[in-house]
Amino acid sequence: MGVILLIDFGSTYTKIRAVDLEKEEVVGSCQAPSTVDTDMTIGLQAAFDALLAQTGVGNTDIEGKLACSSAAGGLRLVASGLVPRLTTEAAKRAALGAGAKVIGVYSYQLTPKEIAELEQKRPDLVLLVGGTDGGNTEVILHNARMLANSDLVCPIVVAGNKVAAEEVEHILHTAGKYVAVAANVMPEVSQLNVEPTRAVIREMFMRRITHGKGLNKAERLVGSIIMPTPMAVLRGAALLAQGTPEEAGLGDLIVVDVGGATTDVDSLTEGNPTQPGVVAKGLPEPYAKRTVEGDLGIRYSAPHILEIAGEKRLRENLMARDEGLAGDLDLGAKLSYLSDHIDFVPQTQHDSHLDVALARSSVEIAMQRHAGVIETCYLPSGTVYLQHGKDLTQVKRVIGTGGIFSYGQHPRWILEGTLYSQREPLSLRPKAPEFFIDERYLLYAIGLLAEIAPEKALRIMKKHLRKV
Amino acid sequence: MGKTVVIGTIGSDCHVVGNWIMARSLEQAGFKVVQLGACVSQEEFIDAAVEAKADAIFVSSLYGMGLFDSEGLREKCIEAGLKDILLYIGGYLVTTRQEWPDIEKQYKDIGFDRVYPPETKPAVAIADLKRDLGLS
Repeated sequence: MGVILLIDFGSTYTKIRAVDLEKEEVVGSCQAPSTVDTDMTIGLQAAFDALLAQTGVGNTDIEGKLACSSAAGGLRLVASGLVPRLTTEAAKRAALGAGAKVIGVYSYQLTPKEIAELEQKRPDLVLLVGGTDGGNTEVILHNARMLANSDLVCPIVVAGNKVAAEEVEHILHTAGKYVAVAANVMPEVSQLNVEPTRAVIREMFMRRITHGKGLNKAERLVGSIIMPTPMAVLRGAALLAQGTPEEAGLGDLIVVDVGGATTDVDSLTEGNPTQPGVVAKGLPEPYAKRTVEGDLGIRYSAPHILEIAGEKRLRENLMARDEGLAGDLDLGAKLSYLSDHIDFVPQTQHDSHLDVALARSSVEIAMQRHAGVIETCYLPSGTVYLQHGKDLTQVKRVIGTGGIFSYGQHPRWILEGTLYSQREPLSLRPKAPEFFIDERYLLYAIGLLAEIAPEKALRIMKKHLRKV
Repeated sequence: MGKTVVIGTIGSDCHVVGNWIMARSLEQAGFKVVQLGACVSQEEFIDAAVEAKADAIFVSSLYGMGLFDSEGLREKCIEAGLKDILLYIGGYLVTTRQEWPDIEKQYKDIGFDRVYPPETKPAVAIADLKRDLGLS
């Protein structure tokens, strides 16, 4: 039988999903702890052995392998743009959609102090943008010179004013930096063009960045790691929403991925206003939009949830699941314990309930940050409603992915945290969606498989979504 | 290289027809136009002008609050490194009964280079713009 292995080198687990393309079936799914500090191939081998034990699939059955990675910090990116609300924001959106972890954002001319800070951050990649086509060139040229004179060794992707692109490339190249040029992220004011930049970032990730993360030995076994994991998830979600010419998709949807350190939200929809009298304002939103909340997660980031949601709201969520637990638990102490023990597995029913409550709170906050809002303007001529961001009220499907949905309890209740609420009536969250879970954590695998067999990938994904 | 104009209706004003006619005329006269549409804040005008390296900002105001909405625009331009940018404004600029020279003076005092009363033909502003930019 011809089996394709879809591998995710995560920061905690190395996962394998084995798919039989002929039968369009998932024949195995295994994971083993990632061995980031020693040799990634050890964890890979362990996962592979587990697969063999589980399914009998061995080397001779394997027809191909595709891999993605978020290990060793993922793709840590710094974005430098001109105006915060325009090209800098465009750069951030391009980077997030490429599956990057944005660890720094700079606007206008980079200062010596900022360069020093940037050198300290040691990013995997710098995305340098600024100016619409034919617009400002001074700032991006200044920034190119600053970067050229810096100690940075990472590759630099240039996606700014086309008029300056060649000179910027020349400045950086002459200084010995590795440079790639993409089309401008904002060719005209307020017009986004993020896809070319995403493609170049991905190219850089494949060619240059994974090598620096101790993944080259693993690459000899699995071929090149073709994208960062969050990009694979976003692509899986996009395939599921849009479908292919042969196989229909499900239409607009939202994916919520609750992890230990971060919570990602992907929305696949145009997000245009759905109510009459509402006018969209600000930068246009990409159809496939990803936001990452680096302060929301149920292990490493657990203490932040308490900080952001507030004790009252978190306890409310806890009460809803576990009255016995909510009363006398020292939340602060418990959450810092979770933060220090990121591989903690719930031992008691109380532990599980706490995880569920933390996930629900993460989902509520992450969704609120992702969704658009309505702003009311009172004019002499009457009231006008301005929409900032995406209107998600009519989105019909919300999908949960990540460990808590695979192993935890009450997945539906966690996902209901995405819902429109009278508490924040101006936040444009889904009003009446159906809820699904990606029980076997397949979305990343589907995103990878889409590279070679999109129709089959889509049919497999549809089969494995479980309605909750 | 062509000259660039940022255009929009300022403040909480949704009237855009005049704005579009002006934009079309500018394009036909060979200018590059960045159209920001209705309800544009001062900050949005400036952001767009910085990114597009604009030579002029054309402000439209039809609901009488132009003075209130535009005050401080010149100062913000200077802060943003656009001290030499041309600022033009046109439309129904006041709600009170005032003589045109008074109105014009008020707007020039807050930093506009050119001020136009209602029903000014686009060609007039374009001719002025060309002169101000040294194109004619």
